Amino acid sequence: MNSASNVMNESPAATQAIVPAAVSWSRQMYWCVRRELWESKSVYIVPLAAAGLTLVACLFNVARLPERVRAAAALDPMQQLEIVERPFDMAGLLIMGATFLVALFYSLDALYGERRDRSILFWKSLPVSDTTTVLAKASIPMLVLPVLTFALTIVVQIIVLLSSRAVLAGSGVNAGAAWHHFSFSHASWMLLYHLIALHGLGFSPFYGWLLLVSAWARRLPILWATLPPIAIGVFEKIAFNTSYFAQLLMGQLGGGPERAAPSGTSMSMDSLSSPPPSEFLTSPGLWLSMLIAAVFLALAIRLRRHRGPI
Amino acid sequence: MACIEARGLRKSFGTTVALDGVNLQVQEGRILGLIGPNGAGKTTALNAIVGLTPYEGELKVLGRDPWTKRDHLMSDVCFIADVAVLPRWLRVSQALDYMEGVHPRFDRAKAESFLGKTTIGRTRKVKELSKGMVAQLHLALVMAIDAKLLVLDEPTLGLDILFRKQFYDSLLNDYFDRSRTIIVTTHQVDEMQNVLTDVVFLDRGRIVFQCSMEDLESKYLELTVNPENVATAKALKPMSERQVFGRSVLLFSGADREQLSALGEVRTPSVEDMFVAVVGNRATQAQGAGR
Repeated sequence: MNSASNVMNESPAATQAIVPAAVSWSRQMYWCVRRELWESKSVYIVPLAAAGLTLVACLFNVARLPERVRAAAALDPMQQLEIVERPFDMAGLLIMGATFLVALFYSLDALYGERRDRSILFWKSLPVSDTTTVLAKASIPMLVLPVLTFALTIVVQIIVLLSSRAVLAGSGVNAGAAWHHFSFSHASWMLLYHLIALHGLGFSPFYGWLLLVSAWARRLPILWATLPPIAIGVFEKIAFNTSYFAQLLMGQLGGGPERAAPSGTSMSMDSLSSPPPSEFLTSPGLWLSMLIAAVFLALAIRLRRHRGPI
Repeated sequence: MACIEARGLRKSFGTTVALDGVNLQVQEGRILGLIGPNGAGKTTALNAIVGLTPYEGELKVLGRDPWTKRDHLMSDVCFIADVAVLPRWLRVSQALDYMEGVHPRFDRAKAESFLGKTTIGRTRKVKELSKGMVAQLHLALVMAIDAKLLVLDEPTLGLDILFRKQFYDSLLNDYFDRSRTIIVTTHQVDEMQNVLTDVVFLDRGRIVFQCSMEDLESKYLELTVNPENVATAKALKPMSERQVFGRSVLLFSGADREQLSALGEVRTPSVEDMFVAVVGNRATQAQGAGR
């Protein structure tokens, strides 16, 4: 296009070009995460509902606490401890289970939904990089949900703890022996550690895989997410009559390959806590999971760059 | 510096060639209409310009490579892909918040004032708005961005005539100034005619015609020939010929107006006439060659 009038316009354009235009990365990240929460309300509604339900159930349990402590008076302190501790563990487990499911479904839809409803064309018309977008989405299952789970569990546990004490004090039962062994702060630390170690880091390859599939699949991401692992497991079983791959996956879900054998029966807060922190941080399993998660995320970022609406 | 510079731009999907060596220069301050039949490669060209698709050849938009620098480029480029890309769950207020949060050149007050002229409530969700209102919202968001290049791909598809007119009126009156550049694809060529400064016709991945509107008006003439003069007129080498109500209509490039007016009625062709003449001719030729 030739344009004689162009000469006249160079001055306003030149001044415009000088204006620096940048939004800090952390600010973009913040808004991208908020955007995810606007879109997926289940990210906070489901954990809140689970916490509410758990709280009501625990309070019913607490109401029957005095008679059970009385019945257990003859038992040794460790068994008494288990009785007062049980509601705490159950509260934590229920909320965790709910958030885990939310995290799975969220991850599977995160990069698929925006392509299906064509809104990816709008998001990509803004100066937000694919890396920022994918990391914001990954932060929901890997960071936001574990932190939310922790906060909700602590709130529920504090209410249960206070009401247990009130009920026991009111009924005149002497439960001093049981409380003696119970440390709330210890339980909280164990919970936080468990959430970061297992839910945040240990599950990160699963979330990474789901995000990758949701960036890649043109249809039915749930099938693409589940069939390949099943196929690998079945192939291995038929070809070599072994099941290392299945054990690896189950082990990872149960808290790292070191704990592949499920402890099953005792699900107390201490048993949730995976290996001790020092051992955990130096275990090659952790670093390998983080590496795998990083590779999946890098592929998801690459795919998002190439993919348009379906 | 040209706003857009493409040299030998190519893109194929499998065996289908969408862009077949496009050379294009768009200077700042122009409003370019990219016009072509379905499947001509218009959307592919725009997608390459805004960094949504990789390509072969050379392409610089505001001096940047759109494929590798999309996120930087989009600070200075706005893009409306089509009418229905705003996510349905988004609230109007959330759209404003988000744009303000991530876009360095977004002016919220401006967007609010554009929205103030419409009946769109801040608490409404996109899915509760009519198609026309969604287009208004998207336009308000885009016009509040102080961008250098605005890329519109069928921005008014499916809207009624009143919305379409309003859309282009706001664009021209409230947004366009000579330091901005606009590229637009559309099928409603006649409605856009007065808005454009330049036209490019794209057919099967190639640019088959490009011209500024001033040149179009001064250079091309359409003659409705009186029956007795048909042979004389054809001897003057028209670009194309078509039949309207049994009379021949011939299109001339660079012909003498007085000479032609002796042979019949002369008028300046519209962009649509040019399009039919240039691209329609190619289609007939291609069919002929295929036989």
